[in-house]
Amino acid sequence: MQLELSRVVHGTSRLGVLRGVGNKAGEYSLDTPGCLLYTHLGTVPHLTQDTLHTLKHLPCVSQVTLAEHQEVLEEVKDGFRKFAGLHDTILYLSLHDPAAAYPTGYTTNKTVSVWGSGGRIELTVAKFMALLKTVQPDWYQSIADGETWESNTSRKRVRKSVDRTLAHLDKCLLEHQTTPELEGMEVFGVVEGRVRSAKETAKRPVVGFCLDGLQTGSMDQGLRTELISAVNRELPEHKPRLLQGVGRPDEVLACVEAGVDLFEGFFPFQVTERGCALYFNYNIYPDPEVTGTAPTMQPNGEVNPEDQIEMTTFEINLKDKRFQDDFAPLVEGCGCYCCQNHQRAYIHHLLVTNELLAGVLLMIHNTAHYQGFFKALRDALANDNLDGTLSNRDHTVTTGC
Amino acid sequence: MAATTACESQINTSEESMHVKKALSVASPLTLKIVAECPVTKARACELILPHSPVSTPVFMPVGTQGTMKGITVDQLDSLGCQICLGNTYHLGMRPGPELIEKANGLHGFMNWKRNLLTDSGGFQMVSLVELSEVTEEGVKFKSPYDGKEILLTPEKSIGIQNSLGSDIMMQLDDVVSSTVTGPRVEEAMHRSVRWLDRCIAANKNPHKQNLFAIIQGGLNAQLRKTCLDEMTKRDVPGFAIGGLSGGEEKDDFWRMVTLSTDHLPREKPRYLMGVGYALDLVVCVALGCDMFDCVFPTRTARFGSALVPWGSLQVKQKQYAKDFKPIDPDCECPTCKRHSRAYLHALFKNDTAAMHHITIHNISYQLTLMRSVRQSIVDGRFPEFIRTFMKRMFSSPDQYPSWAVDALASVNITLD
Repeated sequence: MQLELSRVVHGTSRLGVLRGVGNKAGEYSLDTPGCLLYTHLGTVPHLTQDTLHTLKHLPCVSQVTLAEHQEVLEEVKDGFRKFAGLHDTILYLSLHDPAAAYPTGYTTNKTVSVWGSGGRIELTVAKFMALLKTVQPDWYQSIADGETWESNTSRKRVRKSVDRTLAHLDKCLLEHQTTPELEGMEVFGVVEGRVRSAKETAKRPVVGFCLDGLQTGSMDQGLRTELISAVNRELPEHKPRLLQGVGRPDEVLACVEAGVDLFEGFFPFQVTERGCALYFNYNIYPDPEVTGTAPTMQPNGEVNPEDQIEMTTFEINLKDKRFQDDFAPLVEGCGCYCCQNHQRAYIHHLLVTNELLAGVLLMIHNTAHYQGFFKALRDALANDNLDGTLSNRDHTVTTGC
Repeated sequence: MAATTACESQINTSEESMHVKKALSVASPLTLKIVAECPVTKARACELILPHSPVSTPVFMPVGTQGTMKGITVDQLDSLGCQICLGNTYHLGMRPGPELIEKANGLHGFMNWKRNLLTDSGGFQMVSLVELSEVTEEGVKFKSPYDGKEILLTPEKSIGIQNSLGSDIMMQLDDVVSSTVTGPRVEEAMHRSVRWLDRCIAANKNPHKQNLFAIIQGGLNAQLRKTCLDEMTKRDVPGFAIGGLSGGEEKDDFWRMVTLSTDHLPREKPRYLMGVGYALDLVVCVALGCDMFDCVFPTRTARFGSALVPWGSLQVKQKQYAKDFKPIDPDCECPTCKRHSRAYLHALFKNDTAAMHHITIHNISYQLTLMRSVRQSIVDGRFPEFIRTFMKRMFSSPDQYPSWAVDALASVNITLD
């Protein structure tokens, strides 16, 4: 797999194409900056294959976290893809579900803990490698100790995290070289948000880098940009950087400027779960006649304990009474199945009556809108107009899309 | 509105031909074409022509209570071959309310369903869901569960809401009494339902676009049922429902009331048996002469992980399916069975709502496919054979056959081995 950069803007923002992605499923390419397709067990949340394929531009890489299903997966004869009835896609296995909060304090020198529907699962490198052999992903991240994103983490703890992560990576890589079933799987080394981690990880034969410890909510964007820039300087130019745990459009934009290539695509899911629809202007040439004022940032009344993030100014809350008799589509001009077939008043009704279809329709729209955003980002980079994206950085939400 | 009929046999008497001429001269939003009649049982296969599309009967109508079919899109529902589904007047009348739905171009426009819709009157929810204040001649008084306000649902109000919803078939408001109730209340309710039928007919603003069905009541009392049948069939409605059953009564009483009803309902109008959806009940009641059925069971049970199959049902969430890599039904052609295994669905139930949608799709497919097979067997003249095969598949041995079903089928000349 090779990252071909076509442009580097201002010395840091990168426009490119990942080629030769995935050996098993065939030849794919992924435009960068881009995002992965977020899934639960290979299923895009709420969607069956029919509803999923109303979406035209799906990322070719699906992210899964599968530790809790290891036992069943070991009995699957034809591999995870067949098991999940997956369409053609590249599989990326990550440790944690980026949309789910999890408790910290369980990492040891030999294990990391991940969480599933049944509770905590301890993973040793050996267990993790066994999981890899079972799932046969195209990409995976190596085991990492990422619990350093709390702002009061001590230097000692940070150092330990970096050391542990490197040790896990080395063990992974060793097993990789000696286990034939792992051949063809590409390893992403995890960089624990610090220069030393980057320097060391860069020395290993990994195909790309996961940037950990920089998740949304852990620090403000200014610091994040600083850290990413510092880390990126240590990493080889032609290997992709995948930033974990960041999905908000303004943060994505800033991180693209700092040199990130790939993002986890969980943000549309989070927006869906709070009954909201993505609604923000990402035209690179905004029409001043169309722009309006933004709804002010409002915390969602019923905070889902799983949602660490409050509603952003990139969304409209369809539960709001003002949408009760609004017969416009979620976003005018949006080509997604939801906007082509249904109106805000209907989605509002589905949310008020707790109907399952709300999640289905919102997920379709939010995924489409988010993909459109990344396309606009890439177009802006191609036209050297990144500043025009998101209209302005004051989170002004404009009408139309 | 009278239903017109175009069937094989000639209309002989001048009286009947006068009736047909009269019927044909008025625009009718419902036409029933009898395509085949089973020579052994009372079953019929028909084409029911409704404003939004034709419907092949016998038909099972899935229930999309609040203007949505529980997690599946209208496109998915259409792909499964659904030609008609239900919406609930009570629920939709509360939220979002008839005015809003009217603004949205009716329930069809609101949910973007291009085929037919049937709405019930709200009467059943009165009995089953709501703290009943009072039933009077005027209507049903109840307390709204959403804001505690007192609401009076009259025949006129029910029809008014259904006119706003714009359904192809509307149900009269009936005085609903649980099938386990006996005594004078049953008779009172039956007579009142007849009077309410007349009020509903008078209140229908759209007789040229919306079909109002009567609902035969009378509980489990043959005499009361017969009286109701005599009275209601005097009214010029396009179709009849058999109501007041499927509510916990003994199956032995249930089937007797069904067959009594179909004996006295006009041949050339559709017969809708309300609230029936179990596979066995469907097959038996088709044999007894019913054309249309609805039930929440298949879609509701799906959300609990229960998948319907020709040999019963399969609880996908149970441990035994964790490593079962077969589809729910290897012979099923639905999108779920073509792509997913029991094991995958079992695992998915732990992680995502999509698991419910997969089972919902399968269960609707199962019901619709069953009815299609029933219909084809009637058209081919082999319905009795179909019944025997069906029973053998569903039950492990003849002594497992429920006696009520054996009796009911025997009453229409079907003997099971």
